[in-house]
Order: sequence, then C-alpha cells, then structure tokens
Amino acid sequence: MRDVYILGVGTTKFGELWDSSLRELASEAGLKAIMDAGVYAEDVDALYGANTSGGQFVDQEQIAALIADYSGITELNIPSIRIEAGSASGGAALMQAYLAVKSGQYNTVVVGGVEKMTDVPSEVATEIIGGSLDAEWETFFGATECSIAAMIARRHEYEGFAKRENYAVFPVISHKHASMNDTSHFKNTIDIEDVINASPVAEPLTVFDNAPISDGASALVISSDSKKISEASNPIRIKSSSAANDFLSLHDRKSIDTFKAVKKSTNDALKLAKLEIGKIDAFEIHDSYSIAALIQMEEILGKQAVKMTEGSDFYYNSSNPLNVSGGLKAHGNPLGTSGLYQAVEATLQLRGKAGQRQVKDPRNYLIHNMGGLGTTSVSTIIGVD
Amino acid sequence: MSEVPRFWRESRHRYRLVGTRCLNCNTLYFPPRVICPSCRRESVGKMKEEEMSGEGEIYSFTVVHDGLEQFKMQVPYIMALIKMKEGPFVTGQIVDCSAEEVRIGNKVTATLRKVRSEGKEGIIQYGYKFIISP
Repeated sequence: MRDVYILGVGTTKFGELWDSSLRELASEAGLKAIMDAGVYAEDVDALYGANTSGGQFVDQEQIAALIADYSGITELNIPSIRIEAGSASGGAALMQAYLAVKSGQYNTVVVGGVEKMTDVPSEVATEIIGGSLDAEWETFFGATECSIAAMIARRHEYEGFAKRENYAVFPVISHKHASMNDTSHFKNTIDIEDVINASPVAEPLTVFDNAPISDGASALVISSDSKKISEASNPIRIKSSSAANDFLSLHDRKSIDTFKAVKKSTNDALKLAKLEIGKIDAFEIHDSYSIAALIQMEEILGKQAVKMTEGSDFYYNSSNPLNVSGGLKAHGNPLGTSGLYQAVEATLQLRGKAGQRQVKDPRNYLIHNMGGLGTTSVSTIIGVD
Repeated sequence: MSEVPRFWRESRHRYRLVGTRCLNCNTLYFPPRVICPSCRRESVGKMKEEEMSGEGEIYSFTVVHDGLEQFKMQVPYIMALIKMKEGPFVTGQIVDCSAEEVRIGNKVTATLRKVRSEGKEGIIQYGYKFIISP
C-alpha cells in the first residue's frame, strides 16, 4: 500500500468570531492549507468536509458543496462530501480522506473541518451539543452532555480510581499550552483551585471543566503523489488511522467510567503503524470535558495515567506532552473542526515549527478525536519517517 | 402537532417503563430494542415487551445548573443513572428532595410526572422521574 503524506495545513483563529461566517471560515482554512502545500485547485481530486451540526447552528446542510463552491473550485466539479460523526467528525473525515488516498482512487485530497457555533445563544448551543446523546432516552429527560460527563466523574471518584484534582488538572495543562498559541480561543492561565471553585455546570463539573463554544476551521492537504511529496518542504506521514465505537448511551454500557472504544481505536492504530505505545512522543486528545481527558489517558496509557496527573508529565517540555495546542478546552472546540486542528498541531510540532510551545524532537504523534463521551473514537498516528 | 406521533409511540415505555426481554438469552433491555446486542440475529422475533417494577438504586448522579432551554425553570435539577432492580440502567431525574439528600446507593422508585411541554399551546409530554424510596 502507498504512503500518505500531509503536504500542507491551515487554520483560522478559534474563538467567538462575530465577523466571520461558516463559509468564510472554511475557505480561509482551506486556502491556507493549499498554499502551505504548494498545490493548486487542479491538483485536488476530492474534498472531505467535517461538520457536526451546521443544520442546527446555521440552517445549512450540504456543507462540503458550499465549502467547495465558496473556495472557488466548483468549476472543476471536484467531489465534495461531508462527514458527520458527532464531535469526532474531524477525525472521521481525516480517516476517510486518508483511506481514499491510500486506496489509490485519489492522489491529493483536501480535508477540512468547520463549525460556526456562536450564531445561536449559548443555551441553544448546549441543546445542539446534546444532539450527540440519545434524543429519546437521555436528552428528553433533561440530560445535557456535561451532565453525562459529570455522572462519569462522580462514579469514577466513588470507585476510588481518581480524586477531583486528578481530572481538574487537565484544563490547567490546556490553558498553559494555549497561552503560547496564537490561534487559541483563550490565552489566560488558570490553576486547579480555579477549576474546582468556578461556577458549577453539572456537579462536580464547573465551567472550567468544559471546553468552550467556539467558531473555527482547520484544513489539511494530504497526498500520495511522489512528485508533490518530494517538492514539499516538510512532508509529514500519516502512519495509520483507525476508528471504533461504543454504545451511544452511557446507560447501555457495562461500565460507565471506561471508554472501550478509545482503547480499541488506539490499539488498532498502533498495530497498523507497527508501533508500540512507548514510541509515541506526544498526544493530542479530546478534552471536551476534564474527566473525558483523564479516562482517555487511562485507556491509552493505563492506570498509571492517574498518577501522572500529579506531576508535570503532561506539559510540553516533559515526558508525555499532552494537548500542547491548548486542547479543545483552551485552544477551542468548534465541534467538527477539533479532530483536524489536532492534526494541524501535530504537523506543526513534527515540522519543528510550533514556536514557543515546541515539543523537543517528536517523531510520532497520537491524536484521538471523540464523538460524544466514548461513543465514537478515531485514533490517528502522524509522524516523521 | 407533527411532533405528536413521535411521543405517542413511546408512551408505554415512558409511562410504565416497558422494556424488551430477549427470549434467547433472557436479558431485559431498557430502552426497548428490536435486536438483542448479545444474540443479534438469534434474537430476531424473540424480543418480548415487559414492564419493570420501577424500583432501583442510584448508580451515579449530578446536579445540573446549566440545563437545556426546556428545563430552564427547573435548575438546579438532579439527573441520575438508576440501576433498576431488573438489571437495566435508566437515565432520569430525581425529584421531591434536596440535592444534599442524594447519595450513590439510595433506593429510588419511579413516578409519572410532566417532563416537558411544547410552549403554552403545544402538547405536554409525560414520563418517568424518580423519588427516593421512603
């Protein structure tokens, strides 16, 4: 099978971007990616667009067609397909784009994600985010996504697996890293006390345990065209991408405080890349909720992850750099975009172009993008040869 | 009014906690399913409706302060995951008590309550909520 490389990446700033529409954000990221890759529209065989809930946020479906249209490539009749997998849409789109190139049908593909969340009031956004739960048997009765995360957290503490501080630390890490990233939604740093004592959203989780409502778009150009790869200044290889799923609702799982799909997708991705977990130098994971970050790391690294939260292991200049982008928590969480920004960050890091927050000589990056709370998992390994 | 069938068809499940039992492996499921996730094709045509007792205990819970638009008048409200006596887990609200009284392990009983309504003139939707057993 042929190898697939990331030729170019692009992203908008994340945040409350009142002046930008969905189509403007998407084309800005796409244009930056193709310029970074040094390719032209004529070189692009297909476009995959990730978006979670455009139909509800901005009354727009057929998002990939819109993006292609307003990116000025429609005269070329380039196939443009939207991928939706809840908040794992970005990771899922990256995986589909990777498989399409890997298969040989396409040589060069643009994969982008966009979400425009701030055109609706925040209560409506909470309602739309809840659309990833079971509408008939969770949301109907008043459950929000944060309330589900909160019940995972309470049970995890009750079982004695972790204390409040063991997951309250993840937003602290993400904010620290985001303060060094120009495209971050938030640039302020916080401490554990800030997280625990902030206003409650669903107890024990506070506003700082939750990733924000953000606008933003990110895109990548991936290719297996050997001429383009050799011309690219710094191609980074996608070594594998793998997905797994669990029951949609927490109430249908045998255990509520483990994410079986995370373990499965990650182990499968490692196997496909012929790598051991010890060869992963840095991680970008889906910290939509602090507790979700802890459970993911427990699945990826084992129970030692809990102990690791008590030291400085997860900071950018330490042994297991985690969410050096600022994560979903502080770099921002435009739902369908998250998985693609993770890949943008990994690429910048592997190129050695991440500036102040540069991880020391990473060779392999694991990115994990998640739909809901452990329902859809996509693990992708990006590295240098 | 187009919403009516969507709620009406779930009434017996939401009013009386009617789940489905797989007659192949004898597992009871709630919410109801057409296919047993353990037996798969072996279960086709063998899923039989069965009403639960409404008795259970709190497996986990949270106090929701920032809720959905429909539940704005109720905050803070208590959401819980209930382990039913018959085995299935159910997501629902705990009512008629203060948040301080709620503990993992509390015995609870299902009760029929108004859950939400579609504005002043729309239909009122009912369903189960849970109260701490005396």
